[in-house]
Amino acid sequence: MRNKLLPVCLLVATSVFGQVPVAVDTTSNAKMDALFGRDTTLHTPKDEKMNLDAAYNRPFLRTGKLPISIGGYVEANTQYANTDGVSEGLSFQMPRMTIFMAATINRRIKFLTEIEFEDGTKEINIEFASVDFQFNSLLNLRTGIVMNPIGSFNQNHDGPKWEFVDRPLSSTRIIPSTFSNVGFGLYGKKYTRNWVFAYEGYLTNGFDNSIIANTQNRTFLPAAKVNPNRFEESFNGVPLVTLKAAVKRRKFGEIGLSWMGGVYNKFRDDGLVLDQRRRVDVWAVDFNTVLPGSRTYLNGEFVWARVDVPSTYSQQFGRRQQGGWLDVVQPVLRGRMLGWNTATLNVAARLERVDYNVGTFNETNENIYDEIWSVVPAISFRPSPTTVIRANYRYQWDTDILGNPPARTATFQVGFSTYF
Amino acid sequence: MGPTAPREDELLDGPVAGLTPAQSARHLAGDIAFNDEIFTPETGLGPVFVANSCGSCHPGDGKGHPFTTLIRFGHTDSLGQNEFDHGFQIQNRAIPGYEPEQLPEGTPFAKFTPPSNSGLGYLELVSDEDILGMAAANAKNPDGVRGHPNWNLLPGYVTPRPNSRRQGDRYITRFGKKGSVYNLFHQTVVAYNQDMGITSTFDPSDVYTLKSIDPEVSDRKVRDVVFYLQTLKAPIQRNPDDPAVLRGQQLFVQTGCESCHKQTLKTGYSPVAALANTEFHPYTDLLLHNMGPGLDDGYTEGSAGGAEWRTPPLWGLGLAQNSQGGQVYLMHDGRARSIREAIRMHGGEAASIQKRFEEMPAASQADVIAFLKSL
Repeated sequence: MRNKLLPVCLLVATSVFGQVPVAVDTTSNAKMDALFGRDTTLHTPKDEKMNLDAAYNRPFLRTGKLPISIGGYVEANTQYANTDGVSEGLSFQMPRMTIFMAATINRRIKFLTEIEFEDGTKEINIEFASVDFQFNSLLNLRTGIVMNPIGSFNQNHDGPKWEFVDRPLSSTRIIPSTFSNVGFGLYGKKYTRNWVFAYEGYLTNGFDNSIIANTQNRTFLPAAKVNPNRFEESFNGVPLVTLKAAVKRRKFGEIGLSWMGGVYNKFRDDGLVLDQRRRVDVWAVDFNTVLPGSRTYLNGEFVWARVDVPSTYSQQFGRRQQGGWLDVVQPVLRGRMLGWNTATLNVAARLERVDYNVGTFNETNENIYDEIWSVVPAISFRPSPTTVIRANYRYQWDTDILGNPPARTATFQVGFSTYF
Repeated sequence: MGPTAPREDELLDGPVAGLTPAQSARHLAGDIAFNDEIFTPETGLGPVFVANSCGSCHPGDGKGHPFTTLIRFGHTDSLGQNEFDHGFQIQNRAIPGYEPEQLPEGTPFAKFTPPSNSGLGYLELVSDEDILGMAAANAKNPDGVRGHPNWNLLPGYVTPRPNSRRQGDRYITRFGKKGSVYNLFHQTVVAYNQDMGITSTFDPSDVYTLKSIDPEVSDRKVRDVVFYLQTLKAPIQRNPDDPAVLRGQQLFVQTGCESCHKQTLKTGYSPVAALANTEFHPYTDLLLHNMGPGLDDGYTEGSAGGAEWRTPPLWGLGLAQNSQGGQVYLMHDGRARSIREAIRMHGGEAASIQKRFEEMPAASQADVIAFLKSL
């Protein structure tokens, strides 16, 4: 049985590249584990895979008959950036190394954790550490440190899956990817002949006051990630609710709708009322598809956030934010290249925008800016589906809150990312 | 493949030429404190405030936007006492859970749009003697231009310069819309305290409780910011050889604008060699002038009456839109939306000169404006 599952698992592990249609290099991943192919939502053919499955949708290595599998990915790059003619020179970065470990506790009880080291050991985070209990495919309980399923990138963020060195702006600056919290929830899938439906719903700890009181000088949801206490207790005792529904048409594509909302501020402390309850709500739409014929891969995510910022606070901190990105990846060569049997050469482009502050100034009724546009043409070479070598040219326009002439930044980036 | 640097004359930020490496490092430290340090409630912001960083009000070291306009209120009596006991500036914003200050009903007030920072170090080094000399020279000005320095009391943390002139316990002050601030150190301490609610050892008074609290910014950081402001370069004129600009400059002088907007001043000694004993071209006389009833907000500061405003330097005027979001907001409170409109608002001592401008042929007016935009 395990032998029969191996090819399936290889497809599972590389289905992220299945979005970029490449063949599976069965030689380089010969020890990929079949563990998570059994009786879970992961036990699904490639065309049933969804963003929901991303946590387990990775290559794992297994030693002997131990019910434990390990894996991980690493990424590094070099870049040369020039902002308005001023450069700080060439720099080398290793933005993250992530280790995941999984265990089968019982036939239908699984555990998976993901530990990330960012910028050396500048940040060490447990991004994911949850136990999954399967009752049936439509009803699974997940508890522990979970990835809030807002948009697609937050769950599906592994570096080797992407043709771009930088993570998408709106997914990291409006949606605070990678955003994980302690909590629990349910998820499941329903399959029909041509369709797959999925849902997720979680109650977790959430945001805090820092989203409107931070050194970014703007409403910045990722500021809450700095608070390590969110893994210990809720900032205000009100859970953050995250819901997502997604549907996939086999051989066509997936679309997901998600919402995350809750109270972010400490409105009471020690029984004393400090402020009114103030909400943060985030909505996201994500989609991906492969165009028939050209095999062009399209992937995108759009997000809208609304934050109850006190009217007497600074308008520097926006009440509404929006943004999104669209990736287009076109395989141009596939097959044997430079000695690799199943290599792929892609050309790609990303267009993205973040508007941190949607609205108008009280004083002038003119538009508030504080926004970014960027375009990123790219070339990527995949010697195998689990490894990418990529070269990007990022051109970015940063406009300040007043709408003054934007700072223009051009960045050359060359790097790699690979599962191990 | 990358963006090219803007021309040096298109930028207002950047240090004066000729700083030593040690001075450059200090300038950079002040730059970071000024432009990059964002105050939060945890680091002392407020609890009532106008802005949460220096750079919020002075983007690119240029003129600010009405978004960060501040409100001064009250009326100083002959003893220098403000009739209100809660400071002289409204902190119109507050951190969550607090209420911002409200303007007392019926109080005279004025709105101040943040000025440009460029070239301030040069203005600080103009001697009191020269300022008094410019005032004295106006005694017989045929257009009725007069002008006088603001004589004001100094806070305890300000040490007067050697050779400062005084009248009783008052000194000549020169910075701010009403010229009521003695030097850039004084200005910096006031801005930390009144604009951001950040206390220092120099002014430890909390803007909310009016009680002394622990300092929220270090002495060194305040000093670095002062040095940064002192060593910002002067704006560089663009297209100085353009025929329209040259004609406009000539008309600017002939019309009498230069009676207040002095083209050339000179600095005295400075330990920063790049600033010392040099001529510069700010287009101000650092004096207070009565600008007429149209600009009389009733608010007073030091010896500046309600209609009296310190001549604003015109250098950098043509770059205002690059820091004001593509628009221009001129005069003390941003009420003028163009240079032409700002000229038309000149009254009082400037009334006859303004009238002379209005009587010019349109082409000549255009030349004057071309000159002003080149500054």
